[in-house]
Amino acid sequence: MKSLLRKIFLVDLIEGLWVTFRSQHPKNIVTEQYPAERPRIAERYRGAPRLNVHPETKETLCIACNLCALACPEHLIVVTSERNEQTRRKELTTFTYDISRCMFCGLCEDACPTDALELSQDFELAAFTREGAIWDRQMLEEGPVPTRYRY
Amino acid sequence: MPEATFLDANELVLNMGPQHPSTHGVLRVVLKLDGEKILGAECVIGYLHRGVEKIGENRTYQMFAPYVDRMDYVAAVSNALGYCLAVEKLLGVEAPPRAQAVRVILTELNRIASHLLWLGTHALDIGAITPLFYVMREREDILNIYEKYCGARLTTHAFRIGGLQYEVYEGMERDVKAFCKKFLPRVDEYEELLTENRIWKDRLINVGILNAEDCKAYGVTGPLLRAAGVKWDIRKAHPYSGYEKYDFEIPTRENGDTYDRYIVRIQEMRQSVRIIEQAVEGIPEGPIMAKVGKVIKPPVGEAYVSIEAPKGELGYFIVSDGSTQPYRLRVRPPSFVNLQALDKMSRGSLVADIVAIIGTIDIVLGEVDR
Ligand code: SF4
Ligand code: SF4
Repeated sequence: MKSLLRKIFLVDLIEGLWVTFRSQHPKNIVTEQYPAERPRIAERYRGAPRLNVHPETKETLCIACNLCALACPEHLIVVTSERNEQTRRKELTTFTYDISRCMFCGLCEDACPTDALELSQDFELAAFTREGAIWDRQMLEEGPVPTRYRY
Repeated sequence: MPEATFLDANELVLNMGPQHPSTHGVLRVVLKLDGEKILGAECVIGYLHRGVEKIGENRTYQMFAPYVDRMDYVAAVSNALGYCLAVEKLLGVEAPPRAQAVRVILTELNRIASHLLWLGTHALDIGAITPLFYVMREREDILNIYEKYCGARLTTHAFRIGGLQYEVYEGMERDVKAFCKKFLPRVDEYEELLTENRIWKDRLINVGILNAEDCKAYGVTGPLLRAAGVKWDIRKAHPYSGYEKYDFEIPTRENGDTYDRYIVRIQEMRQSVRIIEQAVEGIPEGPIMAKVGKVIKPPVGEAYVSIEAPKGELGYFIVSDGSTQPYRLRVRPPSFVNLQALDKMSRGSLVADIVAIIGTIDIVLGEVDR
């Protein structure tokens, strides 16, 4: 009997609709208006790679040890170096990083002994060509410059 | 389904997918129909095959860890837990208690996230569009916790062999507690929308019945098995990662139909909240990483570890030949095994129900095809 009355008066449907109406209040809006509103990215976020330079001398922190390239499961990092005869140290010449194949797992970052390679909070990585996704040393040091739209 | 080649005059073969929105990915189902009635269903899989097992044989143990996240990408943390436990068993080490507690919190959050996505898409398939938006809202909170903890939202790579890479972030306990507190009323809200809803009940009750015997015969595990009345949960049967310390129940139902599976999953989310609340109360102090060398070289041998993933029993079988790479790595994915039962479940039902039945198995094609 009770269920019949519930059926006749569409109680179950009205209960459901009431949930929908409760969520109409503006304070319940959770949608983020990207790109007008920038998302808040967590500090540990693993995004675009960055090759850090020394804050004062602007010299690269990378010691060309190749550990990141060995740690990467996708083998997408290529480090080349040259021996400096005066200081008898290895010096970084080129550093290529193919972000189109990267899965942002963070293994390279963990392997780096000098904190030179870091996955930063930048997440806008689109490029117009496939070659654009292969980042060289300069790009890695400067970071991506995505277009920011104004509203 | 060899019968499909010999058709009676009134029979028809219909292709569903691989681009059909309600097959949850790239699944192709060949249906043999008599009018509206399904006489048989055959799954054609492999569209998302990436050879994960073969990749595993060509990577070192640490390097392979990010790949397992990409099998069941909805429950990446569970996949990672199973893999790490399997390698740890090979190595003969155990993660420290602190790492185990954090692992439990993250995997249970993942179970909720996976069930939420299932609930949203399943309801969407059946025609209830609203729950999808609500579940995404709650799932976002979980993904935010992941992002703050390990830096990625979906394919997290949160665990390492032997423990954890990242220490708990400042305020994680607060975030998790706040989520738990907020989440239970939200589950009530979903139930308000669906559980008593007449259309929902009419579409689900007595649809896609799979009884306990058939479940066992097909090797079906997870919520499908529990909805058929079998109290089987690996967290209780073979506790791992310290699950024996937590107090929770295994929700079961009797009929084994689609509606029961819905109830079981809803109850499981509530139980997960219970586990998380207990785990977050007492995260022990101490190290987060066991003594594992930089180069992982397990002794010659083999190990099988299975865990209770959101979708069922997820197993990893690893054979080591003493080198840094697995000699053979085999995954027992729950979705793949559960999908076998589709034919059995859909025979005799109507075409419109096949969408509900595919949804209720809760498959992720990344895991079916690997
Ligand atoms: S994040 Fe992972 S895949 Fe990407 S370069 Fe580093 S190690 Fe390789
Ligand atoms: S591991 Fe670090 S220091 Fe070594 S080559 Fe890579 S970026 Fe440079």
